[in-house]
Amino acid sequence: MAMTMTETIHNPQIALELGAGPDHTLHLHLDGRLDVRTTAQVWQPSMRWARRAHWRKIQVDASGLDFVDQCGIGFFLQLRLLQRRRQADFQIDGLKPRFLRLLAHFEQTDLFVGADATGPQLSLIEKVGQWGAHFYADLRAILIFSGEAAAMLAAAVVSPRHIRWSDVAIIARKAGVEALPILALIGFLIGLIMSFQSAVTLRQFGGQTYIPNLLGLTMVRELGPLMAAILLAARSGSSFAAEIGTMKVNEEIDALITMGLRPVRFLALPRMIAAVALMPFIVIFFIYFSFVGGALVMVSLGFPLAVFTERVFAYVHLSDFLGGMFKALVFSLLVAGIACQRGQATGSGASAVGDATTQSVVAGIILIAVADGVLAVLYYYLGI
Amino acid sequence: MKVRHSVDDAIVRVSNLTCAYGDAVIVDDISFDVARGEIFVILGGSGCGKSTVLKHLIGLYAPYHGQILIDGQDIGRASGAMLLEIQKRFGVMYQMGALFGSMSLIENVRLPLQEHTQLPPEAMDLIARMKLEQVGLAAYAHHLPSQISGGMQKRAAIARAMALDPGILFLDEPSAGLDPITSAGVDALIKQLSESLGVTFVIVTHELASIFAIAQRVIMLDKESKKIVAQGNPHDLRNDSTHPVVSAFFNRRAD
Repeated sequence: MAMTMTETIHNPQIALELGAGPDHTLHLHLDGRLDVRTTAQVWQPSMRWARRAHWRKIQVDASGLDFVDQCGIGFFLQLRLLQRRRQADFQIDGLKPRFLRLLAHFEQTDLFVGADATGPQLSLIEKVGQWGAHFYADLRAILIFSGEAAAMLAAAVVSPRHIRWSDVAIIARKAGVEALPILALIGFLIGLIMSFQSAVTLRQFGGQTYIPNLLGLTMVRELGPLMAAILLAARSGSSFAAEIGTMKVNEEIDALITMGLRPVRFLALPRMIAAVALMPFIVIFFIYFSFVGGALVMVSLGFPLAVFTERVFAYVHLSDFLGGMFKALVFSLLVAGIACQRGQATGSGASAVGDATTQSVVAGIILIAVADGVLAVLYYYLGI
Repeated sequence: MKVRHSVDDAIVRVSNLTCAYGDAVIVDDISFDVARGEIFVILGGSGCGKSTVLKHLIGLYAPYHGQILIDGQDIGRASGAMLLEIQKRFGVMYQMGALFGSMSLIENVRLPLQEHTQLPPEAMDLIARMKLEQVGLAAYAHHLPSQISGGMQKRAAIARAMALDPGILFLDEPSAGLDPITSAGVDALIKQLSESLGVTFVIVTHELASIFAIAQRVIMLDKESKKIVAQGNPHDLRNDSTHPVVSAFFNRRAD
């Protein structure tokens, strides 16, 4: 057979010879093993040749192939597909019967059925509408959850034995006691950084002695509750959402419902009660360690420790402390509530648990910021 | 009772294997060989250690005692690049499918091809589609695992295990939880791959219908003795075995 323009590939396991024959025919001759590794070596040169011209026929001599796996069968199928699209011929000779059966099997199937089954393409207006519908559904779910949780909390006050107190204790230990090291570290660093940065500025006015006053008021009124709530959202809220989300994926929540147990009472309420109950202690602990950080800066600046302890509470009134504590309680209720709600709204699959966890932290922090703003305005008008 | 059945052309050779979690021994001093191209089934009641043995065979756990040779290489003592090289030679289907939830089915099947071959993207796409077609899921190529049923997830997991056309496939409960028609389809696929490509199958199952349909040879593990209590052709064991555990298992009799 006279061939013009030939190309050959020789490897220890596969040999390929490509060439153009008469009547606009592309000839391929293969020897050796056509498996997942060797197919990678012959695929690109063969396809390059196959696409180079509008061949009337592609003819493959496969008599030299000892073994062909499904990747190799895929190689023949691709050549067949190319020719089919051109309405041209494809012929394979000498392929062993057991491999030929495999090729025949795939030739009868439409591999690209459902290839574009990625859903309809939406216009911008449809996307906005879809987003609005999701937002409405989410908001509705949050409102239903809030109503149910409020009703259950009220029922719990009337009849406390309906609460699973053993769960509350376990959650309080996990979310509170086990969080103390990170609270201490962050509190210490916040106090240290705030005091040091204030010292740099106040030194210009000779006002370094006011650092404790500044730190005391800021931490008790604002930063203590805020930072402790953000830590609660990041550390414990995410854990609530992940735990409940995993239960949802494993159908444990369905099991609760079919046993006649309300997921909000069984799962959300213990977490919300634990978070609210331990929040004041978390905040006080956080503020204490921020004062340790502040005291360290003051001592390092040459002030006696007594100056710090004397001044730190000088401008802090009971209303500041109670206002800060009330804020903290609101924040903790929001963080725990949204975390449990996001957990319950988890879809299916491992990635849905990840999504629910992320949403719980993001929504928790947004809710904290919004509530902080609302309370700031309220305190202003109440004169707190 | 210690049963040993040697084959000349063993692709998997297990010698005096003891599997344990900590000091809790699960199977004790078992030995068996799997011949190249054979459909070999590990069976036994729940909790007898079938899946544990499988996890040792694929190198997830190191043997407490004994040796496991995969194609002549000791997987039990291999680590790092050596272990990876052995693991590339086989595919594994896990009991719950273990598909990656953030990837579509075709992306799941394409992943081993992307990581371990030099194939161009169009080749990977075509081959992944062939694998999905073989398990009847070509129309679901772009679905996420969470969008299909548990049975379909298992079939997709088989497709992923076959992605690199390995010489050995380890399947953990491939037909458990599937309807009879789908289960028969999986059995037919196993037989087809075995006959056309000479793939060796090591299958953990306790589905009697599948065992009789596909198994060329079985070993049966016993929870009490932690040993192999029977080994051979499943039809012969059902008809001839006088061992109470074997007889109860094959004749679906409660203890």
